[in-house]
Parts: sequence; structure tokens; C-alpha cells
Amino acid sequence: MKEGIGARARFFYRYRRFIKTLKIYLMIAGPGIIVMVADNDAGGITTYTATGSMFGYDLIWFLILLGPIAYIVQEMTVRLGAVTKRGHAEAIFDAFGTFWGWFSLGDLLLVNWLTLITEFIGMTAALAIFGVPPILTVIIVLILLIVMVLQGRYWTWEKIVLLFCVLNLIYIPAAFLVNPSWSTVLSQGIIPHLPKGGFTSQLFFFLMANIGTTIAPWMVFFQQSSVVDKGMKEKDIPWGRFDTMIGAVFTVIVAIFCIVVTGTVLFGTNIQSAAQAAQGLMHINQYAGVFLAIGLFDAGLLGAVCISLASSWAFGEVWGWAHSLNNRIREAPWFYLLYLLILVSAGAVVLIPGAPLVLITLFVQVIAVTLLPAALVFLILLLNNEEIMGKYKNTRLQNVLSTVIVIFIITLSTIYCLTVVFPQYFR
Amino acid sequence: MVPSIKAPFHKKLIAGIQSQVRIVRDINEKYATPRIKMTKWVKIALLGIRIYLIVLVVILAYKFVTLVI
Repeated sequence: MKEGIGARARFFYRYRRFIKTLKIYLMIAGPGIIVMVADNDAGGITTYTATGSMFGYDLIWFLILLGPIAYIVQEMTVRLGAVTKRGHAEAIFDAFGTFWGWFSLGDLLLVNWLTLITEFIGMTAALAIFGVPPILTVIIVLILLIVMVLQGRYWTWEKIVLLFCVLNLIYIPAAFLVNPSWSTVLSQGIIPHLPKGGFTSQLFFFLMANIGTTIAPWMVFFQQSSVVDKGMKEKDIPWGRFDTMIGAVFTVIVAIFCIVVTGTVLFGTNIQSAAQAAQGLMHINQYAGVFLAIGLFDAGLLGAVCISLASSWAFGEVWGWAHSLNNRIREAPWFYLLYLLILVSAGAVVLIPGAPLVLITLFVQVIAVTLLPAALVFLILLLNNEEIMGKYKNTRLQNVLSTVIVIFIITLSTIYCLTVVFPQYFR
Repeated sequence: MVPSIKAPFHKKLIAGIQSQVRIVRDINEKYATPRIKMTKWVKIALLGIRIYLIVLVVILAYKFVTLVI
């Protein structure tokens, strides 16, 4: 009898401890999950759908490997933000001087603006499937993104964005709707191997495209600024790490299910965009097609909100404006004005008849590799500075891992850029 | 000196540009000296990025020139 009461008491104690831990996590959760899920933006979803249609389930293992890589890079931004209480742009200005500061800020604004255009391209293409004209999509998105930030609380903004992150899971039911053979998915996808045909230039291009979608310059800037705006302190670093890890798992799961959808139904077809995949799916399984289109819109929306904020935060930090989502418009007019200008101008480009949208999409890859190496190298250098980081500086293991990853990302993203610029040499 | 609301547009524009130039000058002064200690590894890393960027710009310039010609 006593033992029964003791067991119940222990269970109740553990339950309460779990609820308390969950509550703390829900308070801290945000930047890590948001940045990782937004990493699966319109460009990312396009890459995954094309990968699935081209190679079936054969490259799922590669995406699983990319999860820890994204985690290791993004975890450094959590520590840097929590310790310095500064965004990445300001940290670069402070540590490396004005030359590298202006270079990073200018390049970030340019690459973010171009990437934002690609998000709008994805969103307009997704809603066009439902017959929504591009101009209406752009207006809806602008209103939505403006309303999200205008309520004047970081916390509220973050929780709204987390809801959109949950919507990103729509690829899971979409995958079940197309009835894949799960045993085939597991046997073909989990064990590392090369697809039929071996190591071809096409496979190389797809591997690099998947890496390119894993780490983007805006992610480093966004998460660090987000950690600062949220007010995370050194004691919150373990939670920030956990949040980033959950985000990394989340993003890999979404990518895998996305590949399962197109790998099952559209395997062997030449898919150029996620919208094209959604349209193709409509003929086979209408619901799956609708889910894919909704997912693409959601991915573009998440990308748009994070990228435009990354630019506004970075600019506000350096310019010395009030730049927090906790500020009302009256308190931070320039911060919100820049956010609005970036969004409106990018949305307007998509509506220009005959705008070179394909060229812009390619150009994003090219400009991104001019900023990515600098942002990542600065990150490692800052994380190794004892004066800045104190006891939170990188350990030897973290340095080895992050250096190998950064060299790997820089090398492959540069080659990817070259394949985009000089496709004739990589056939 | 901030011009009054009734000031002509061009005066407001000039004042706005001047204030932005002042801000840029302040930023340049504030961050003139890099805070990070320039150890051998930091210098090598920064040199590496410079070389990388120069090579990349040359490649892109070559692409642009061959595309135009």
C-alpha cells in the first residue's frame, strides 16, 4: 500500500517537473526553431522537391547529415548573442573594424533583398495554383507580415511565427497521402550510398544545392539578433542550444517528408520548382498537391519574415536606431520603416512584367557566397576571443568541428556558385 | 539643425542627407579600431577572406565581360 502511494507520489513529482521544464522551454523556445524552419524557405522546398523527383529517396541520408552541420553553426550564434548582447552586424563592426563591417552589412542587405524576392516568387507561384493573382498574394503577404510586427511585443511575434512553423509540418500528412512504401524509404534513404549512375555532375549539383539551402548568411545574422531581442542571457544558453537542436531535427524531418512526397509520385520527372511539383501532384492526388502548395506558401512566408527582420535588425544595430520588436512604431520608426521598405520593394519586383526572376534566383547563389565565408569565419574568430566570450568561448572540439564544417561549406558553396555561373564546365 | 516642417522639400532633403552622412562618420569613428586582438591566426583568416573575395570578383568580372562581348 505504502509502495503504491510512493510510486504515485514519484510519478506526480516527475509529471510536475516535466510540466515545469516544458513551461520553461516554451518561454525560451523560438529563435532556434524559427531560424531552422525558415531555413526550409521557398528556395529550400524547391531544392527538396527537385531532389526527390530526380533521385527518389536516395539522398535522404545526406539531408540527415546536414542537420548536425546546421546545428553546430547556429549554436555559435546563440552563445555569441547571449554573451555579447549584440547582433552579428554590430559584433563584426566592433571586432573587425569598419571595412569588414560595411562589407558585411552592405552584402547582407543585398543578398537578403534578392532572397526575399525569391520568397515572393515562391509565394505567388503557390497561391497561383488556387487561382489567386500575384498582386493579391503580395498584398495579403505584406499585410500579414506588417500586422505580425506591429503589435509591439517580441514574444507575441515569436509565438505567431511558431504557429507558421507548425504549418510547415504539412509535408508529413502529404507524404502519407501519396502512400509511399515506408520500408523502401527506410532501406533506400537511411543508409549512405550513391544513387544509380554513380557520382555524376548532376548529383554533385544537387548535393551542393542542398548544402546551399542548409546554411545561408541571413541565418547567422537573424538568430544572433533574435537571441539579443529576446533578451537571452548566459544562463539561457543550454535552452538556446536545445531550441536550436529541436529546430535542426524539425527542419530535417520536413525536408525528408518533402523528398518522400516527390520521390514517391514524381520520381523521374524533371521538376524545376516546388510550384510545378504541386501542380503535377494535383493530377495524381489533389490533397497532396494542395498540401505541397500550402507548404510552399508557408515556407516563403517564414523566409520572408526572417530575412526582412535580419536586415532591419542588422541595420538598426549599426545605425544606432531603436531596433527591437518590443518597441512600438513611435519608439522605433526607422526600424519598422526599413522593414516595410524591404518587404514592399521585394514584393513589387515580382509584380513587374518581364522582371528577370530566373536571373535573380541564380544571382542569389552568387552573391550569397561572397558573404557566407566572411560571416562564418568571423563567427569562429569571435567565438575564440576570450576577451569577448569569456568562459563561453569555443572548446577545442567545437573549433575542430566548426572549422571543418566552415571549410566544407565554403568550398562546396563556392563550387556551387561556379556551377551556376559557368554551367558549361560542369556538364 | 533640423529644418522646420514648413521648410521647402529640398532643404529637408539636404538636411536629411547631411544627418545620414554624420551618422556614417560617427559609425566610422566609433568602430575605427578593431577590438579583436590581431593574432597570427586572425591575420591569416582575414587575408584568406580578402584573397577569396578578390578571386571571386575577378571570376565574376570575367563572366560578365565574356557575357557582354
